[in-house]
Amino acid sequence: MFSGFNVFRVGISFVIMCIFYMPTVNSLPELSPQKYFSTLQPGKASLAYFCQADSPRTSVFLEELNEAVRPLQDYGISVAKVNCVKEEISRYCGKEKDLMKAYLFKGNILLREFPTDTLFDVNAIVAHVLFALLFNEVKYITNLEDLQNIENALKGKANIIFSYVRAIGIPEHRAVMEAAFVYGTTYQFVLTTEIALLESIGSEDVEYAHLYFFHCKLVLDLTQQCRRTLMEQPLTTLNIHLFIKTMKAPLLTEVAEDPQQVSTVHLQLGLPLVFIVSQQATYEADRRTAEWVAWRLLGKAGVLLLLRDSLEVNIPQDANVVFKRAEEGVPVEFLVLHDVDLIISHVENNMHIEEIQEDEDNDMEGPDIDVQDDEVAETVFRDRKRKLPLELTVELTEETFNATVMASDSIVLFYAGWQAVSMAFLQSYIDVAVKLKGTSTMLLTRINCADWSDVCTKQNVTEFPIVKMYKKGENPVSYAGMLGTEDLLKFIQLNRISYPVNIISIQEAEEYLSGELYKDLISYSSVSVLGLFSPTMKTAKEDFSEAGNYLKGYVITGIYSEEDVLLLSTKYAASLPALLLARHTEGKIESVPLASTHAQDIVQIITDALLEMFPEITVENLPSYFRLQKPLLILFSDGTVNPQYKKAILTLVKQKYLDSFTPCWLNLKNTPVGRGILRAYFDPLPPLPLLVLVNLHSGGQVFAFPSDQAIIEENLVLWLKKLEAGLENHITILPAQEWKPPLPAYDFLSMIDAATSHRGTRKVPKCMKETDVQENDKEQHEDKSAVRKEPIETLRIKHWNRKSDGITLEEDSE
Amino acid sequence: MGLSAAAPLWGPPGLLLAIALHPALSVPPRRDYCVLGAGPAGLQMAYFLQRAGRDYAVFERAPRPGSFFTRYPRHRKLISINKRYTGKANAEFNLRHDWNSLLSHDPRLLFRHYSRAYFPDARDMVRYLGDFADTLGLRVQYNTTIAHVTLDKDRQAWNGHYFILTDQKGQVHQCSVLLVATGLSVPNQVDFPGSEYAEGYESVSVDPEDFVGQNVLILGRGNSAFETAENILGVTNFIHMLSRSRVRLSWATHYVGDLRAINNGLLDTYQLKSLDGLLESDLMDLAILKDSKGKFHVTPKFFLEEASTNQSADSITLPQDDNDNFAMRVPYDRVIRCLGWNFDFSIFNKSLRLNSGNAFGKKYPLIRASYESKGSRGLFILGTASHSVDYRKSAGGFIHGFRYTVRAVHRLLEHRHHSVTWPATKLPITQLTSSIVRRVNEASGLYQMFGVLADVILLKENSTAFEYLEEFPIQMLAQLETLTGRKAKHGLFVINMEYGRNFSGPDKDVFFDDRSVGHTEDAWQSNFLHPVIYYYRYLPTEQEVRFRPAHWPLPRPTAIHHIVEDFLTDWTAPIGHILPLRRFLENCLDTDLRSFYAESCFLFTLTCQKLPPFCQQGYLRMQGLVSTESLRQHRVESRLLRDYAPTGRRLEDSSQQLGDQEPLGSPLAPGPLAQSVDSNKEEL
Repeated sequence: MFSGFNVFRVGISFVIMCIFYMPTVNSLPELSPQKYFSTLQPGKASLAYFCQADSPRTSVFLEELNEAVRPLQDYGISVAKVNCVKEEISRYCGKEKDLMKAYLFKGNILLREFPTDTLFDVNAIVAHVLFALLFNEVKYITNLEDLQNIENALKGKANIIFSYVRAIGIPEHRAVMEAAFVYGTTYQFVLTTEIALLESIGSEDVEYAHLYFFHCKLVLDLTQQCRRTLMEQPLTTLNIHLFIKTMKAPLLTEVAEDPQQVSTVHLQLGLPLVFIVSQQATYEADRRTAEWVAWRLLGKAGVLLLLRDSLEVNIPQDANVVFKRAEEGVPVEFLVLHDVDLIISHVENNMHIEEIQEDEDNDMEGPDIDVQDDEVAETVFRDRKRKLPLELTVELTEETFNATVMASDSIVLFYAGWQAVSMAFLQSYIDVAVKLKGTSTMLLTRINCADWSDVCTKQNVTEFPIVKMYKKGENPVSYAGMLGTEDLLKFIQLNRISYPVNIISIQEAEEYLSGELYKDLISYSSVSVLGLFSPTMKTAKEDFSEAGNYLKGYVITGIYSEEDVLLLSTKYAASLPALLLARHTEGKIESVPLASTHAQDIVQIITDALLEMFPEITVENLPSYFRLQKPLLILFSDGTVNPQYKKAILTLVKQKYLDSFTPCWLNLKNTPVGRGILRAYFDPLPPLPLLVLVNLHSGGQVFAFPSDQAIIEENLVLWLKKLEAGLENHITILPAQEWKPPLPAYDFLSMIDAATSHRGTRKVPKCMKETDVQENDKEQHEDKSAVRKEPIETLRIKHWNRKSDGITLEEDSE
Repeated sequence: MGLSAAAPLWGPPGLLLAIALHPALSVPPRRDYCVLGAGPAGLQMAYFLQRAGRDYAVFERAPRPGSFFTRYPRHRKLISINKRYTGKANAEFNLRHDWNSLLSHDPRLLFRHYSRAYFPDARDMVRYLGDFADTLGLRVQYNTTIAHVTLDKDRQAWNGHYFILTDQKGQVHQCSVLLVATGLSVPNQVDFPGSEYAEGYESVSVDPEDFVGQNVLILGRGNSAFETAENILGVTNFIHMLSRSRVRLSWATHYVGDLRAINNGLLDTYQLKSLDGLLESDLMDLAILKDSKGKFHVTPKFFLEEASTNQSADSITLPQDDNDNFAMRVPYDRVIRCLGWNFDFSIFNKSLRLNSGNAFGKKYPLIRASYESKGSRGLFILGTASHSVDYRKSAGGFIHGFRYTVRAVHRLLEHRHHSVTWPATKLPITQLTSSIVRRVNEASGLYQMFGVLADVILLKENSTAFEYLEEFPIQMLAQLETLTGRKAKHGLFVINMEYGRNFSGPDKDVFFDDRSVGHTEDAWQSNFLHPVIYYYRYLPTEQEVRFRPAHWPLPRPTAIHHIVEDFLTDWTAPIGHILPLRRFLENCLDTDLRSFYAESCFLFTLTCQKLPPFCQQGYLRMQGLVSTESLRQHRVESRLLRDYAPTGRRLEDSSQQLGDQEPLGSPLAPGPLAQSVDSNKEEL
């Protein structure tokens, strides 16, 4: 049953699925007319609301339009709000404020214009827009004659879906239009709002929406009328979809197998099956009866002809009808019914269509809670069969742990074999081992804490994964960097020397500062720090050493405090104590006076010094810049940043225009996820490069530097001033919602409650029928103690509740 | 404490005698902790006290530890399993299947080094306990029989009184806390006419030769009765077993104290009509009469009362005289009593108010769930004698259970008297799922003491972090804050192991079809031992714990989760076990506990104002998880991530919409459009 639904789900997924893996960002883009028209694409539909720039920013209509963005996007229709500005006169910009309209374009062709009052809510917007687009697929008619003409034209060719809704734009209309979007090419949709027309084809209860399926394809004789099947459920997208599915199923199927095993689309749709038992002698008559029943039950149940003679299982001799419920695990019923009407009424009385459909609603709207939505767990699981070159690292055990970490300088990865994050990181760790193979004095080891729990606890490891470095004569150090190949490699490489490096001569100091001394390491640390102290500055030196030790593995630090330190301090104009920062990439050496000498402050000074003025922002370095708590000014660039832009921004930095921001640029080639960010900011995406100001820490507004302006100092300054003055409109606001549970959990408490409250009469699933209940009661009386019965009972329930058909390995199968 | 340090521990006997002669004048040695009995429980407690550096002494009447095992079980075979191989290296996990070892830091002190037998010999246990005490240097005073225990009120004392112990030599010991680990040492005797004819389990011959060709009646239906029967099954004419209630098979009750399969040979021969048999009757209604040939007849007591003058079987009307098919009409050559043991209450003065429990637990002293006597504060009962807490439920009466309850008592004492809070690990919330998965997969205390000891997770404010407490006695949950010194202000989880609610019982068929549950949505119906997690928004009150729903080990929680039972007791399946657990935790805490790669965190950082905990506590602290290329590829295939790589073919995301298909990365920059004048026709 479950697998059936998967197929089904794919079919309508575009209607109801939503992205659940991250909060979706959907808001109405606001554009200028020129910009708007530049985004129109051939063949693509777009709905635009033109309004005066100075009109109120919010209105009921805009709210509804905003809500419609998402559903319309589902149908490939973009939505925009176009602000009519004085500079750009557009004929779509109305003369008066209250005469603004929405326009539907296909490519650059105007399909329709809508006065805002016709688009009174989100249903109306979706219904109207689809109605306009599906002009050919959905015929609107007003009288019986039109209907008959269409019917006659399609006899023998195609089936018709005819619906009546009370008005255009109401939810039922939207449902019909959404169905037409999917099935419009398969069936002819016909729509009316005329009660008289509905009455004339013999409908009752005309105050409700109606939907008929006209079986015209079967009709060969033009004088014959098409058979009609009325959909009895309320008009919703889902119900229409289910209804059409059953119409597509074969009217009557012949089977010769155990009814318990038979499954058709009906069962998957939650409809029961009716088997008309036939034998050779009466086959013809039985088939006629079955067909008759099938027509009567169309849309309510599946009808099959069961050939008793070729059947291997026994069915009761006198039974002529077998009834199989949609619920799994319920045994089929063998019935003796001598009248077609009895069959129909039996089915109708035993259908639980509403209940089931509710269930199915839930089933389909929410993604399955048994489906993994943790990307780390999922990817590790998918990768579980790949063999890693684990032999490149030494696996430790309780017996070997101490001996190994004592004997050689080692890196130990503490992980748990069952934990996804651990196993994901293990891959990077192995990558490090591959890169270091044969070159490192550091022994790469790992210990699985799922096996050697005690060792991990003794090493004070209570969470996973943890990397520790064990060096002779030193306390073990926990690695605190990114859990990835690059950073760990850097950590290991930089730890080849001890920190801080004790520099003993001026010449060595110069080599150190020029990068000559540790030529092979400076690719891992773009900055080398040298602390300058006079020999008497004991505490300052100790503090600096502490800081250097703290930063070991992240940045190269050295200390110089020989008698001739003044030579250096003079050369680099640094008054002691001071730090010299050698930026190897830029070939610059800066000096920073050490006003405060607390180790923590020194660490802070050094980490701050590592930050660049206009860095390329990456996945790895964003957190260091994010910490500054300033709005990010990001230049998105497809490839290396244009030197012109870089220069412009650096100039602004120097002129202190950007003190309250963190300017940076993002290379989409290095950081492809940047495209995902742009998508969240822009819809549609303007051409690159794009300069964006993101206020991450307060408010979440995103401002875009006008893409039609050149990124030059003057324009930037002007824009920043406007921003400061609050004259710029944000293009979007980042969603501020909390990260809630992505999906619900099983509510075992209510299941237990339900079981206990039914204890007297047994817990019955809601779809259980009356006769069973009576049986149960009887059993209950017979077996007063009932203790022995209980586990069996509960287990039977289990079957009914079960959705999937997964294989359970029972324990006695050993 | 100062006094005890000054007093010699093992002074020359003459000096001890001198002190003993003048108890009123001299100050008796005072100890913080006195442990009675150097059996497994006493030694276990001594170990923890020693490790914590506490002032303690153990008093043992025998010259070596474990004197019970020098005589019992009579047939020398222990029925606690000594599983030496599990295929796993995890020492903690392996304790789940080691029923004999005591807890210690020394891996040499594991029972598997002492016996190769699956059901080991009792002598190995004696040897093991001796080694345990010696290797760890536990302070045991052997050959010291405490003959009398009384109370001495003193405001200065930790508990408002001292326990005064007097040994066989008259030596007095003063103790702040008394830990009684004397086990059950008094054979249970039932008084009925003719009970004197019964030989006791404690003294009956264990030589099968002594039973050749005899008719034997065994009173009792516990493991000792069956063990006795097993020994002589092959040489007797027949064995009848008589007891009040039906036989309780441990495989059906899931209680290790009930009849174990290793002892049940007689059930087999009874059901196969091989002359042996089982009968049910209350011993109190019976009488045993001896006839002139020295054989024994069983009769209901009322037959006796009619002719109370003469009690010889030859002169009394017996049931078979009227009812010629009376089951026990054959005379017996021997009657053996195997009715278990009782706690020795005799040495405790009334002032201690150490009483026996209710009808069920008459053989046990009455204690609280914290193992403290209800009568006097500071008096704790450990080991087998403490089994009233979980009699017929869990393993608290056996080594593999009470080694953990002893540890729990020690932790309570550490907090009460030394301000050492209950040990706990503080972790960020991102580790919540993992820390539970870890414990349910390896913790032996939870597994052995299911339903009695449970792990507790105390949430910190805003649920960003938590404290993990192991093996707390759950019946004391309401008093958690005072007992542990930890705060439970922001909600808590309790992790307990449970059998299915209707699965266990002497009359249950535990082999029925469908007994195992494999689907996560049916996990709450799991029958075999499986982890259950309770979530409470507030610490339950004492009332709530006491008046909890019937058959619930804990009060009704805010939410509950069952991890579906597992055939291999390995609860690490990503979808079957971990995912539903994570969803449960997420919904209790109302947050998203998924893990994310750094790249996703990067995206969220720049597109959302808030971040999920994993990104907040990892990525933003520069400890993000970087994905390798192969994992990246899986990530794209799994559709949990869009492929933003400009070169890669973009896979259709199932959760994407049809209309959302414009190719990524292509510059969407067509030239400005000429505005269309071609207004379309109107449809309606």
